[in-house]
Amino acid sequence: MNREKLNNRLQKIKDKLIDIVQTRDRRIYISCESQNACDVCKFLFEDLTLRFIIATGIDSDNCFEVLYHFANDETGDIVTVKAIIRDRENPSIESITPFIPGAEWIEREIHDILGIEIKNHPNMRRLILHDDWPEGVYPLRKTRPEVNEGTVI
Amino acid sequence: MNKAMNKPVLAVGPFHPLQEEMEYFQLTVDGEIVTDIDVRISYNHRGIEKISETLQFDQVPYLVSRVCGICSASHPLAYINAVEEIAGVTAPERAQYIRVIINELERIHSHLLWVGLGGHFIGYDTVFMWAWKYREPVLDLLEAITGNRNNYGNVCVGGCREDIPDEMIPKILKELDTIEKKTEMLTKAVLDDPVLHARLKGVGILTKEAAVKYAVTGPTARGSGIAIDVRHDDPYAAYGDLDWKVISQPEGDVFAKAVVRLLEIFESIKMIREALKKLPKGPIAVEVKQIPPGEGCGHAEAPRGETFHYVRSDGGNRPIRHKIRAPSYVNVPSFKASCIGQNISDVTLTLASVDPCYSCTERVAVVDSHHNIINDYEALLQMSRDKTARLKKEIGAPELKMEES
Repeated sequence: MNREKLNNRLQKIKDKLIDIVQTRDRRIYISCESQNACDVCKFLFEDLTLRFIIATGIDSDNCFEVLYHFANDETGDIVTVKAIIRDRENPSIESITPFIPGAEWIEREIHDILGIEIKNHPNMRRLILHDDWPEGVYPLRKTRPEVNEGTVI
Repeated sequence: MNKAMNKPVLAVGPFHPLQEEMEYFQLTVDGEIVTDIDVRISYNHRGIEKISETLQFDQVPYLVSRVCGICSASHPLAYINAVEEIAGVTAPERAQYIRVIINELERIHSHLLWVGLGGHFIGYDTVFMWAWKYREPVLDLLEAITGNRNNYGNVCVGGCREDIPDEMIPKILKELDTIEKKTEMLTKAVLDDPVLHARLKGVGILTKEAAVKYAVTGPTARGSGIAIDVRHDDPYAAYGDLDWKVISQPEGDVFAKAVVRLLEIFESIKMIREALKKLPKGPIAVEVKQIPPGEGCGHAEAPRGETFHYVRSDGGNRPIRHKIRAPSYVNVPSFKASCIGQNISDVTLTLASVDPCYSCTERVAVVDSHHNIINDYEALLQMSRDKTARLKKEIGAPELKMEES
């Protein structure tokens, strides 16, 4: 799919997006609210047949972000879906693993290190953290974890 | 009695002495056939993404080159692609060419390493010895250029750290000729061998559909008929200026992946020759004073597939988030598609066929529910080798012989 076609097709899901930003040639960032992220990813993967690269979880200033990176290998574009999770107390997002099996590990990792609940994930066990790791302590959050006295991390 | 308890399980891992990382595969088997596979990773998690947040932008390349010793040119390059994107900097042309040369030398030695290991797994230790012997001069070349056999630390934000002196170019070209000749002989020996055809064809097939679903990259994808290559699709460094082609094979089996890797070595040699010929004069680095706030995605084609780095800056001197995706992270889960339904004796090879930057098969316990036999890794390796020997006998093939010129 060439670039023009890609841009046209992206317009179709415009009502689900906050904005589309092109930072430079071949780099497109589209942001959306967390509840729309799953649909947007499904559209990119199944309808536009982009290749899933990876997802990145970020503890941002006043929200969490999950970025889903997709590649369009015909043009070399990287399309990044920025899902913004505004609920800092109980962050959660819908799983994309049911239609992209290649996302299984990274969603488990995001759950481990940032404590973002991944809804409807088919195999939500720990991936990065050891079974002994205390519940509710997330190593990649910017805030200092509150740990019970005597807990060894 | 609990039915789940009765499931015969074959535990592969969690440590492998051949490759320096740890991973654990749990194969559920029915007789000789694998019916399910479960993977546990992160026995050796080093928290590199977190450490990166504590380092300055120009220190990070040295950290990420230690993500993997074999891919220690492509990780820093992917990171630098991302940071240079944020800073809006372009490295001087000479630096772009040097980056290509280092990365292609890395690809040659990594592919030869895989060919050797693949031979070892099926009991062709001659292939193992020869491939690793030919790999040695490549490492010597890298040492001559960068000072290190691995962990070259040669790229920095805005350029390269070490130049390739003009007087070294004839030496590199001469070595390339030797490497090409030896690899040609090795490739011929491997591709013409009837036993290897019988042993590797149709084994561990990853279909194109499964390859797309598991989002695999690199030779694993190219062996399944998906001709993607970051060097071609989103050219970085000087790849856009060079004449080369993307190698792909449609079959998806172990043989196809071996062919892709072997043929890629020749493309790499061709690229290095052309890059050395075109090597522009001039400085090798520009000064980068500040990284502005912003975000960047950088990727590079490592020997095993696409290495992806995402960097976010807030205008300070350290990244506030640095995500690293190494190619094996997406290639390894594809075992779920390629191993199920396979014979146990083919599993070691199928697991090795994606060239995982990992450990694979030490400390194997085969628990057979009918006989309660417990085997170890040696026994599994032996099963793989026995199958080769059996095929050899059936075909009536002579011992693999190679001549040294």
